[in-house]
Amino acid sequence: MRRVLLADQLATAVLWSIAGSVILILIAIIAHFLLAALPDFTPSFLIADPSTDVIGGVGPVLWNSVYVLALTMLVTVPLGVLGAVFMAEYAGTGRLIDLIRFSQELIGSVPSIVVGLFGFAVFVAATGWGFTALAGALALTVFNLPLMTRLAEQAMRAVPDDERSASFALGATKWQTIRHVVLPIAIPGLVTGVILTAGRVFGEAAALLFTAGLATPGRLNFANLNLLDPRSPWSPFHTATTLSVYLWRINSEGTGPVVDQVANLTAAVLIVAVLIFNLGSRALGQLLQRRITGTRS
Amino acid sequence: MSYAPTIPASAESLAPTKIRVRDLRISYDTRVAVRDVNLDVPEHAVTAFIGPSGCGKSTILRCFDRMNDLIPGASVHGSIVLDGEEINAPGVQPVELRRKVGLVFQKPNPFPMSIYENVAYGPRRHGVSSRAALDEVVETSLRRAAIWDEVKDEYRRKNALSLSGGQQQRLCIARMLATGPEVILMDEPCSALDPIATLRIEQLITELKTQYTILIVTHNMQQAARVSDRTAFFTLGDDRAGYLVEEGPTRMIFTDPANRLTEDYVAGRFG
Ligand SMILES: Nc1ncnc2c1ncn2[C@@H]1O[C@H](COP(=O)(O)OP(=O)(O)O)[C@@H](O)[C@H]1O
Ligand SMILES: [Mg+2]
Repeated sequence: MRRVLLADQLATAVLWSIAGSVILILIAIIAHFLLAALPDFTPSFLIADPSTDVIGGVGPVLWNSVYVLALTMLVTVPLGVLGAVFMAEYAGTGRLIDLIRFSQELIGSVPSIVVGLFGFAVFVAATGWGFTALAGALALTVFNLPLMTRLAEQAMRAVPDDERSASFALGATKWQTIRHVVLPIAIPGLVTGVILTAGRVFGEAAALLFTAGLATPGRLNFANLNLLDPRSPWSPFHTATTLSVYLWRINSEGTGPVVDQVANLTAAVLIVAVLIFNLGSRALGQLLQRRITGTRS
Repeated sequence: MSYAPTIPASAESLAPTKIRVRDLRISYDTRVAVRDVNLDVPEHAVTAFIGPSGCGKSTILRCFDRMNDLIPGASVHGSIVLDGEEINAPGVQPVELRRKVGLVFQKPNPFPMSIYENVAYGPRRHGVSSRAALDEVVETSLRRAAIWDEVKDEYRRKNALSLSGGQQQRLCIARMLATGPEVILMDEPCSALDPIATLRIEQLITELKTQYTILIVTHNMQQAARVSDRTAFFTLGDDRAGYLVEEGPTRMIFTDPANRLTEDYVAGRFG
């Protein structure tokens, strides 16, 4: 009896310490970079241009990260949701859906560096655009669409059939049922999909090296609103080195007196941005659902 | 073919026939679930479907608003005429039919939205968008389903899922009434409810029958006796397919049925 109880306590302790160490590792990573960056941090680091001799800033690369993220989601989310609607509501069962699912899994497991090379061949070279935010966004879409589609499909399949039947019995069409019942109810699951894919975008470097570009950007001219001008930071055709690509670059080939400080600062900005972004999109998802389905009181 | 034995004694009820069913047969894939149903459903009356579990009561009910269309493998043969029109004719849109024939499910299934949005759902999908028109239909429907007094203070904001089971079922009735049906199908609408909530729904059914034609499936004999004007008794044949044994005024079915099977079933379930 003693032994059994001991084993039970031991198991409990082991499981708790594993769970605890996950949290500790997270805190350690955050703390490491925040502490390393803190002495050199000034708010101007967020908006200033990069520099090699003094601690400049990450203004342009931060902008590019946000821009590429937005552009990627603009393509990935509608495509992913429509794909999921097809998979969950129309495809039924059979060879076709099995084949699609198989390809989804394959694409999803291709290393991102390979997706980057593919993106280079198609979106950079074949199109003749050069390194652009759009090429980066499209490469990231290839990389993320399977995940987004799968998560959205799961969210839609989790909607009980009772809700669909209720809608049909009221004389709604299939599309109306999807649009006004299935999708609103699936929103928390869809938001999870958006968060997971977006998190991968923000942190991704390999798929962007050969697509969005890795040149250290100069000063961005926000007054240039011409969307077709590659020099405009608003244009999908501007070269868009992102935070994580920039971090990779200064770490691997950076020289100069302040490289370590800049790397730590950049990593800290990256981590904080991902955190803010995660919490923000969660809140947004809850807000959206409350708006769409009415308040629970 | 002969359907003489099951032709209802509808001549003795004065109400005109709302739905006429002839030689109805329903199969799931190759298996016949229901066969040989002939039935006249009178207008502005309550017709109860009774019979052992699995004899096809729900299956038949779903034919009247073509919800069987949504079940892969289900096929319907025979004739169902509503107001003189064959509902399975090629020109009939199920979406239109389902506005005219409302369905209340066994388990209350409100959408996870506000009470208001639940009731406005049908009208919105049918193109009503003016605020005033929606307000009006929502209030009328909630009143008609006898739930208005309980929700009138907070129905615009309160989520339907926070209502009790009985309230949810009356909300589902209001939601269905908002599409302006003439026929109401109810599939064991009280089986998930407590006795008091059940009583309220039964009262409601009695009120609604002055304006609607109601078909109700119930496993509760007392309920059939309390709310219905006519009763149809179904059972399973030796071939495992359900069929209609007899149909007639409820009092007759319960006190003086023509068929021995009906007598045994009713006596057994009452006793
Ligand atoms: N969706 C379905 N797919 C296949 N068979 C079904 C389906 N629904 C009902 N059945 C079959 O049809 C028969 C009648 O079922 P049902 O109409 O639910 O009976 P009841 O409502 O009288 O209990 C049963 O044998 C049942 O297994
Ligand atoms: Mg049933």
